Amino acid sequence: MMAGIILACSIVLLLQFFVSYCRSLIAVSSKQVLSPEVKDVTGIQRTASGDDFKRVMQLLQLCPERPEDKNGVQAIGAYFNLLSFLRSTLARIVPSMRAWAESERGHCAYFAAVALERRISFSRDMLAQQMDS
Amino acid sequence: MPGLVINILDLLTALLQASIVVVSIAKGYSRRYLTINLYLAASTIVLFSRYYILSQHGLLSAEYIYFYYYSDALLTIGLYFTLMGLYATVFEEMKAAQYLRVFTILLLIGTAAFTCAVVQQSGPRMITRYVVEMSQNLYFVGVVLTYVLWGAILKLRETRTRVIQLVLSLGVYFSAFAGNYALRNLYPQMHVVWEFVPPVLGCLLPLSWARAFWSVSEEARLAPSRLMAVPR
Repeated sequence: MMAGIILACSIVLLLQFFVSYCRSLIAVSSKQVLSPEVKDVTGIQRTASGDDFKRVMQLLQLCPERPEDKNGVQAIGAYFNLLSFLRSTLARIVPSMRAWAESERGHCAYFAAVALERRISFSRDMLAQQMDS
Repeated sequence: MPGLVINILDLLTALLQASIVVVSIAKGYSRRYLTINLYLAASTIVLFSRYYILSQHGLLSAEYIYFYYYSDALLTIGLYFTLMGLYATVFEEMKAAQYLRVFTILLLIGTAAFTCAVVQQSGPRMITRYVVEMSQNLYFVGVVLTYVLWGAILKLRETRTRVIQLVLSLGVYFSAFAGNYALRNLYPQMHVVWEFVPPVLGCLLPLSWARAFWSVSEEARLAPSRLMAVPR
């Protein structure tokens, strides 16, 4: 009985903490403006849509990983999957949730684009260091 | 094979934790986040000790099982002190840290006494059952305390991004472990699965803390109301 209650409460609070944590990662990256070349590559001009996410993630995987952002990218990937699941289940019944999930998915795509930007500049720095040495 | 996977995960976690402590000392913010650094240092020592005992006695030995559960309970208590440190950081302007410390210690004693009473009521059992029950309750109290702190962050409009991320990742960690221990109590026959979950979950906290320390500057700010799923 006690373990059942703890399990139920833990799942609810885990989801709440996880969503807030992912939104904090997104909030930090949303302040960054994308460079024109990343905008061109990703096709994101002003606001990103959820459909951009997979494409940007594919581009992200082509770049060498930065140890600092690996964890964040994985967390946002899991958050995006959770949102996609919500969109295809609960959001069909509650229309306002559909709009919210879609906007969140767009934010996830923007986060991935910012991570791509950082990885590109990281690769450039590495290349420059190799050239110097 | 299971012992090898757990060994590798524990070693990677220990190395990551040690590097967070070293970088904190090098960058000079080890005093500001003292409780976090002390916890990470203690956890690193425990993980290396677990590795030693596992390699000497094996995964299913009584030595490893007893050491595992007792060190886990002690580390959870260490996390309480870390949480207290975060409470002190959030409430530093209100000078309420002393009252919070007394409250948390009383809560800790209360949790241990409650667990003892529950186990004694259910008849003569092995001492390891007490430890599993105690860990489940300790983690759950940790979840509740972190949730209260999160509520305080929203109410007080705490804007330090690093503090917010440290608290949220602690919340994810506590709730994942509380859920895991609750599942372990509900389905003890699936012990093979439950042995693998803690080392995997154990990586998450140092990973997210490393990100908070290494990628987020002390000066970074964000509005906590933006983090709620339902806008306030």
